[in-house]
Amino acid sequence: MQNPCVTFHRINAGSDRALIALSIDGRAVTGLDGDTLLSVLIMHRGALRRAEAGGDLRAGFCGMGACQDCWITLADGRRVRACSTLAEAGMAIVTNLDHGQ
Amino acid sequence: MGNETETPRIAIVGGGPAGMRAAGLLAAAGLRPVLFNEAPEPGGQIYRRPPPPLRTVLSPARLYGPDAVRAMALHSDFEAVADRIDHRSGTLVWNIMKQEHGGFRLLHQDADGGQGAHNCDAVILATGAMDRILPMPGWTLPGVWSMGGAQVMLKGQASLVGRRPVFAGSGPLLYLVAWQYAKEGGRPAAVIDASTFAAKLRAAPMLAARPAVALRGLAMAAALRLRGIPVIEGAHADRIEATDTGMRVHWSSSTSSGQIDGDAVAIGHGLKSEQQLAELLGCRSRHNAESGQWLIETDPEGRTSVAGAYLAGDMAGIRGGHAAEFAGELAAWALLADLKHRDNASRRAVLRRKLSRQDRFRRGLEQAFPFPQHRIASLPDETIVCRCEGISASALRRAITDWQPADVNRLKAMSRCGMGRCQGRLCGQIAAGLLTAQLGRTPGDVGHLRAQAPIKPIPGSQLIVEKGAVE
Amino acid sequence: MNSFAMHGHARLPRVCIIGAGIVGTATAFFLARSGCDVTIVERGTVGGQASGVNFGGVRCHGRDPSELPLAMRSRTIWNRLAELIGHDCDFEAPGHLKIARSSAEMDTLTRWFDIGRAHDLDVELLDRTQLMRRFPWLASDIVGASLCKGDGFANPRLVAPTFARAARALGASVLEGSAVTAIDRLQGGGFRVSGANFNALEADVVVNAAGAWAASLGLPFGAAAPTVTRAPQMFVTEPTARFIGPVLGLVSGDIYLRQSVRGNVIFGGGQGHIDPGGIRSHPDETTFARTPALMRNLIPALTHTALLRSWTGLEANTPDGLPVIGTSAGHDGFIHAYGFSGHGFATGPGVGETLSELILRGQTRIDLTSFHPDRFNTIARPAAL
Repeated sequence: MQNPCVTFHRINAGSDRALIALSIDGRAVTGLDGDTLLSVLIMHRGALRRAEAGGDLRAGFCGMGACQDCWITLADGRRVRACSTLAEAGMAIVTNLDHGQ
Repeated sequence: MGNETETPRIAIVGGGPAGMRAAGLLAAAGLRPVLFNEAPEPGGQIYRRPPPPLRTVLSPARLYGPDAVRAMALHSDFEAVADRIDHRSGTLVWNIMKQEHGGFRLLHQDADGGQGAHNCDAVILATGAMDRILPMPGWTLPGVWSMGGAQVMLKGQASLVGRRPVFAGSGPLLYLVAWQYAKEGGRPAAVIDASTFAAKLRAAPMLAARPAVALRGLAMAAALRLRGIPVIEGAHADRIEATDTGMRVHWSSSTSSGQIDGDAVAIGHGLKSEQQLAELLGCRSRHNAESGQWLIETDPEGRTSVAGAYLAGDMAGIRGGHAAEFAGELAAWALLADLKHRDNASRRAVLRRKLSRQDRFRRGLEQAFPFPQHRIASLPDETIVCRCEGISASALRRAITDWQPADVNRLKAMSRCGMGRCQGRLCGQIAAGLLTAQLGRTPGDVGHLRAQAPIKPIPGSQLIVEKGAVE
Repeated sequence: MNSFAMHGHARLPRVCIIGAGIVGTATAFFLARSGCDVTIVERGTVGGQASGVNFGGVRCHGRDPSELPLAMRSRTIWNRLAELIGHDCDFEAPGHLKIARSSAEMDTLTRWFDIGRAHDLDVELLDRTQLMRRFPWLASDIVGASLCKGDGFANPRLVAPTFARAARALGASVLEGSAVTAIDRLQGGGFRVSGANFNALEADVVVNAAGAWAASLGLPFGAAAPTVTRAPQMFVTEPTARFIGPVLGLVSGDIYLRQSVRGNVIFGGGQGHIDPGGIRSHPDETTFARTPALMRNLIPALTHTALLRSWTGLEANTPDGLPVIGTSAGHDGFIHAYGFSGHGFATGPGVGETLSELILRGQTRIDLTSFHPDRFNTIARPAAL
């Protein structure tokens, strides 16, 4: 599932930031060094998660660790807040985006 | 206050301008404070530094705009004493307790997920603020950000949340963020400003306490207009919807209404204090009519009702980054004086004067950009109030009718509003507003949601704190 | 005898219930349904103490045989809650699984199995293999378990308020924020109950259902049970996909756990800290560390699930773990109902119905002998008493 309406636009997209290889739901994706997991997910999926109550899509909100709406799961089971976790090479994100409502 | 022959142990919670200035002074006084900072870098939200790989992308001038000089001075002053500060970055303090024989105990989760406990004789709390949100139908949609969130994506991720975002709400951040987006290659679809020109005019005498800052807001609004960006004053965003191509914001004012299409939306009505730790300590708080918020009571130097606990920065009421630096330093001086370690009465007097000037400016801002409290009562039924638990305005209204709750904590118990991951940070005031409106009570009667530990969700398998373990 | 009716009164008794927890509100509901003039006097808010912040477990499983009839009577009420009081209070009955981690604990379960069967309860003993097949998400160091069908849980925040609301609808008065300061026996029979924030009221019968404060409140009326106040500590996690069916409890009592309708895992174990004065409690640091670790050992799939909150509530425990229900010798008309030792939520509705019988008819279907307030009188008391 991809939410086409929600995207990020990088400033100075041509800067020399290193590429980072990680995966979302088993599919390989790349991010840039310095990206948060929130940025990577929005860039590639347009959303982060489906809300437990109601199943609607969520794509971050406050960006600063206050609203707690961006908790996601890594393949090793860890729960992290996407807005305050930097992407690292080899990270595997597991979402519930494809679970539908 | 601990054994006087030993060096007092001071902890500071919060690594923004208030915490940094407090730490700087205490370090200079030779006390080697421990600074707990949830963020990986000092600076707080206002002077947030991007992760190292992004620093070449955004210069401080682009990051902080007109505050760049101040930001750089703060960061360099902090770095100059950094070796005399025990700086625990990436560390969340999630509980704080009074100790039986004086002093405090902090429980924290470290950057690596490990758990720890820390004892101190005195504590300066400076945990800042977050966006204050008036919900509306559609505010939980992907593509809708808080005003601060839209700015954090710019400052922390060198990204725009959209090329044509709609900015809606009120307060100093509204024009600042829209202006920053315009400068960085975005083209805001519109700025929808809830405050009226008349309100700003009425507040002008107080805003004149800081003329440069007041003028800056006017200049940014003018610059946006000059670029052909619609600035609609005295208008409220009523509803957001996702369209095939982006986001649509429906707005209305007393004289007209319309809709604006964009590719993202940023909303916010100023900021609200993050005061959970002070509440856990039992610091007395009081409803502040000017801001419509419950604020922890402090004296002019930051002392709370709990001896040994001090507040500084936006946590003690929204005065901004400038005031936070003064307040941080002042709280540290107050603490040093109370400990009879060192005093500088004239510097404290200077700082108090500077802060009272800031207070006047703050009251001006609150008058120019009042939170639209009156709109809570008329929120459409389908509005999600608690985005964690998915509780709508109609569900809350039903709970209020059914249970006649005496206060907002009772309403939480009966409705689940505020029981989710954010513990009511976003919805608490809205739920209280619905309760006051529906039952004809006062804000003082219905109270505010009580903070509970942990103040933020604690994940992980490492929640082991050995009793008595002190680092 | 306790009964008002036994004394030959023609009219129904006026009853004053002290404490609006689940016992007080359920008693009020059943009395009001019979047309009694009932007033509940509550110091704080309805269900604001242990009744509102407890684990929410509703079980017969593992109960002392003398308490089992009360728990079973409650179960019939729990099952009819929506019909009786207009709301099911999120009651669900997925069963209760009691887990043994040693053969000695398994022996305990085996012994109770016979008791349960004798009471026509649907109990099943599971060995480790059966357990792992049916509940593969449990830790592997478990010896066996016992499953009692028909047990379950409800939402504690809703139950006392819903009973109170239903009682009110039937004419009962519920006075919140009303602390009792004096209970005086009147010359012509009955009592005067007075306090700071309400007009003194007269009643033929007083029910002492004041929870953790009942023992001291009832002292002049023969409340001799030496209760100990405890503050069990609870936790709740963020919501996660539902996979835990039954309510779980370790035989050792170290952990009890359930997954709510919305997916949050609610668990308890260990004690909170009681402030000096015994009126407030708060989560204890050691418990904060230990109980979640035990929980994660029991269900490894929850290893990473985030904790959202922790809380405590005060409850009164008796030396034998059984409640104090009834009237002390020489104190006719004053009925104690406290000391539920952590079982008050599950048995509360049944206690309420039983007390209403006691008050209206002077006798009860359930034998209350084991709960007699005077059963501790043989225990040596301080000389001053």
